[in-house]
Amino acid sequence: MMMTDSSINLNLDKKPSLLKIFYLEAKTETIRLFRTPGFSIPTLLFPVMFYTFFGIVFSMNPATMPTYLMITYAVFGVIGPALFSFGVGIAIERGQGWFDLKEVSPMPASAYIVSRIALTFIFSTAIIVLLFGIGAVFGEVRLFHSQWITLAAIFIFGSLPFCAIGMTLGLYLKASSAPATVNLIYLPMGFLSGLWLPINFLPEFMQQFANLLPPYHLAQLALKVTDMDLGFPIILHISVLAAYTLLFVFLAVKAYHKKDKQ
Amino acid sequence: MTQKTQTVATISNVGKSFGDKQVLSGINMQLHQSEILSVLGPNGAGKTTLINTMLGRLSLDAGEISLFGHPPGSMLVKRQTGAMLQVAGLPDMSTVKEHIELFQSYYAEPMSYQQVMDYSGLKDIENQYSKTLSGGQKQRLLFALAICGNPKLLFLDEPTVGMDITARKSLWKAIENLKANGTSILLTTHYLEEADRLSDRIVMLSRGKVVREGTPAQIKSQINTKKIRFQSKVNISELVAIKHVEKATQLHAENNYFELESTNAEEALKELFKHEIAISDLTIVGAALEDAFEIINNQDSTSSASE
Repeated sequence: MMMTDSSINLNLDKKPSLLKIFYLEAKTETIRLFRTPGFSIPTLLFPVMFYTFFGIVFSMNPATMPTYLMITYAVFGVIGPALFSFGVGIAIERGQGWFDLKEVSPMPASAYIVSRIALTFIFSTAIIVLLFGIGAVFGEVRLFHSQWITLAAIFIFGSLPFCAIGMTLGLYLKASSAPATVNLIYLPMGFLSGLWLPINFLPEFMQQFANLLPPYHLAQLALKVTDMDLGFPIILHISVLAAYTLLFVFLAVKAYHKKDKQ
Repeated sequence: MTQKTQTVATISNVGKSFGDKQVLSGINMQLHQSEILSVLGPNGAGKTTLINTMLGRLSLDAGEISLFGHPPGSMLVKRQTGAMLQVAGLPDMSTVKEHIELFQSYYAEPMSYQQVMDYSGLKDIENQYSKTLSGGQKQRLLFALAICGNPKLLFLDEPTVGMDITARKSLWKAIENLKANGTSILLTTHYLEEADRLSDRIVMLSRGKVVREGTPAQIKSQINTKKIRFQSKVNISELVAIKHVEKATQLHAENNYFELESTNAEEALKELFKHEIAISDLTIVGAALEDAFEIINNQDSTSSASE
């Protein structure tokens, strides 16, 4: 017999405020990660350190290199929080059983995702401000206002495909191996995409290979703003990034809705 | 059944297997409004699997589960449900208060923060990071998260693990209060004293099947074993030989305390006196739930082993 009594069904349709959930979830998560030095220090300092070292102090060409590397290290910088907050964060919470508790709670799945995207954007903004500041003050990077703004927008929204990749990694990886695995993807992928050194410093076959990597396309898109890209069409870069996003969102949704996870 | 008793959860003929292993089979049970139902059973009996099917985390191979007339795992049901699962860790760097306020936001009509504090006793540590909490404090926080939404249906999976007796007793009190306010509670526990004290009904699982169901008193009465305890200088071999004594144990060798188990305590006592054994400090107690549990499990494992 199904329960249809009205005295119990009375409140079933009441809904909490979705906006409040999004806000609190994002706030709690962001505050938590700023308090976690193991997350906040590497994600903020690595790009800044590398850029200062390779782009300013040991710059091979002071005319173009500070600008070029400011852009590619910003790409490197925004990928970090996306991959780590999603990839490592979800894997660890799954390992603890905390993710399960969230899953059975009435938290909408969208809140979990939106809050982590928001915190990625916040960390990305912090990294961009730091790199732009160092570039402008110590690297004498001179750009139009419109260029600064366009670049910032490309970096911030460009982190989305990596949020999708991180989410999928977080749902498939084990907590114990997630940090190492994500680093093994993040660091080589950054190097091979020409984020550490300009892409044309790499041998021809590696440049070909870079075409498969999403950070390469995000970097080329951003470098177009200062006319420093290799000259491929914008639509190519956007299409590849969109394709990666769709593919990994699909994989993540599949993993999330898989029942009987043990 | 009176008019006031509403069914909150109906589990009909539920079966579940992992690969070749049948974990649940033919489970039928109901949970009523303002009722505490305990699911007991040894490790591997299927308790956690049963909870996971009710939470919508596992698919069913057979049967049906209905919560408030809806399938498990649907958002409508989740908004009426609180769950305390066995969680190894919480995100370290959030405070107790932050955790609770976040979970409260998931519900349309959450419990007041003050009320959550009263039930969970976390007021003194509300600004501590969850990293710094002891095992028992973590359990209390998980309990707070389960109840903070004012749920009509509450799942408590081993809620008092790692708690000291004071914390355990205050949690029992909170559970009883919630029940009095109309919450239906499904509890699993290893502490039979806890099930005995709290439950309106008990379902005993063994190997994925319901082997007993009833009130704690009914379950205990199915076992008519009584325990006869006394002090004596007798030799234990003499006690074993007494008619109607099924089992004799020496409790404290230095004090000469003995315990006899019998399903016919009156006759056993007559025999004991006939033997003219000098005894002192005689007590006779009925089976505790723990004994019932052990005996039923032994019966079931021997009967199924001989199948």
